[in-house]
Amino acid sequence: MEIEVHVLHYLVISTVMMFCGIYGFFTRKNLLALLISAELMLNATNINFAVFNRYLFPEQLEGHFFSLFGIAIAAAETAVAIAIIINVYRNINKILTDDISEMKG
Amino acid sequence: MLQFIPMQAEISLAAIMIIILLADLIMKGPHHKTLQTMTCTLMVIQLILNIQPSAGEYFGGMYHCTPVASVVKTILTAGTLLVFMQAGEWISSPDSRHKAGEFYVITISTLLGMYFMVSAGSFILFYVGLELASIPMACLIAFDKWKHHSAEAGAKFILNSMFSSGLMLYGLSLIYGTCGTTYFTDMTANITGTPLQILAMVFFFAGLGFKLSLVPFHMWTPDTYQGAPTAVAGYLSVISKGAAAFALMSILTKVFAPMSDRWELMLSIVIVVTITLANIFAILQDNMKRFMAYSSISQAGYIMLAVIAGNTQGTTSLIYYITVYIVANLAVFGVIGAIERHTLGENYAKADKVEGEHMENALSRSEEIVKSESAVSRSAYAGLYRTNPHLTFVMTLAMFSLAGIPPFAGFFSKFFVFASAFNAGHWLVVFLALVNTVISLYYYLLVVKAMYITPNDNPLPHFRSSWLTRTSLAICLAGIILLGILSSVYGGIETVAGL
Repeated sequence: MEIEVHVLHYLVISTVMMFCGIYGFFTRKNLLALLISAELMLNATNINFAVFNRYLFPEQLEGHFFSLFGIAIAAAETAVAIAIIINVYRNINKILTDDISEMKG
Repeated sequence: MLQFIPMQAEISLAAIMIIILLADLIMKGPHHKTLQTMTCTLMVIQLILNIQPSAGEYFGGMYHCTPVASVVKTILTAGTLLVFMQAGEWISSPDSRHKAGEFYVITISTLLGMYFMVSAGSFILFYVGLELASIPMACLIAFDKWKHHSAEAGAKFILNSMFSSGLMLYGLSLIYGTCGTTYFTDMTANITGTPLQILAMVFFFAGLGFKLSLVPFHMWTPDTYQGAPTAVAGYLSVISKGAAAFALMSILTKVFAPMSDRWELMLSIVIVVTITLANIFAILQDNMKRFMAYSSISQAGYIMLAVIAGNTQGTTSLIYYITVYIVANLAVFGVIGAIERHTLGENYAKADKVEGEHMENALSRSEEIVKSESAVSRSAYAGLYRTNPHLTFVMTLAMFSLAGIPPFAGFFSKFFVFASAFNAGHWLVVFLALVNTVISLYYYLLVVKAMYITPNDNPLPHFRSSWLTRTSLAICLAGIILLGILSSVYGGIETVAGL
């Protein structure tokens, strides 16, 4: 039996990914886990762009281009974020959010 | 319109960036002073080349520059020049003088991102510009590599920025799904206010709200400002905020115009909460940089009052407000930076010998934190009037301008913003914002009181900053006084905004 994959299936996946990312961003304690959650959100949007383009507007390529730019920029962001997290680790030897709470008020 | 080549402002700025990068590579030995002079000169040339408002549409509407956007670019460039002039003393400290070139290149690349952001004609270019403005910003915030406050602030900023761009992109993807295009001009016809589009707009607004630090999304601001180097905090508070505010306004009024009822309600709630909460928290702060962070959150609320009007008067008052805010806030950050530098002066003289190595051991790190904390606390300003009358004078006028006391520019900028929101019919929001202005007067005057009245037996001894810092403070001072008196400034912006 063949199941036809519709635009809705993709959107369910991407929405679940998006909100998993948001949930993870608010609940995780490790800086790297926060980074992964944010990546999850960005990837969910990339799926959205590609799917909308493929199923709703197949005669154009704008959505695909947006996904490409999104992937490239997410990679740049991750590189900078990891560099900064390494610097945090070198300074205080910890990468849990509870430990980097010296500034507050 | 006088324009030699298409996209002249962007191309010349990119050229400046490359020139500085190459100069930094080629020059031998310590060259941070030469580099600063060179960068400031090049920025002045950039200002002169692009002083004439230009317009143009290239790459099939992807890049769409209006005369207003061009004026905003000029103002942002002038603000960046002021920041460069003030940054000299911090960048020549032993910890950071070997990376002076990086500082200028990274800052100019964020400025280039803001250029693209304000003159984008499509969401793709807008997103690329926004990220070009915010990714290097994280590097700038984490610039003081051996201070772990700086690293902590950088981590908080980059993670929040990723989270907010995730939210914004999700909104953009939903808009793309309903409209089938990413170009602003084609999009308006397809925006009808369906529930999906409202959801998309809220996501988009939340994403930009993070960049502007409006209240439900402001949590990163105080920590980031406190941890970032003072010059960078000043840059972050005015330049990037101004660019984001103008971009938000042009997108809300261009793309989301058919849904204006929806976003006006949302904005008015956000404005009232932003101004009120930020004011309450600002009263509680003792650290000057944290205090300025909360002050900048509440100023962002006032800027949003211009957005809510959404017409030509709103655009004019927004740009005028940004201009006045740039000079006043940079004056404050300039004074904070100068005082911080000279309090930490002895500390740095010692660090010169050990070259940052001692920063790694835990004991001296806590000492360093205590020292750098006390250099920016309000108590360090007590009795400053007796030893440093000029700095005190600049700071006082800047505080008066930020609070909106009549003869200074801050009063007129607040007045125009209130007037535009009032004319658009949002009188309740304007009333609540007015009440908050009175509250804000209290905490701005706390600083003035500390400098003039609070007794202090050993205030900071008299010192003299570098001539570039003094020039930049003089320009800020002239701006605070003259921008309000010369009505031609507002008139000129209005003419351009009406084009």
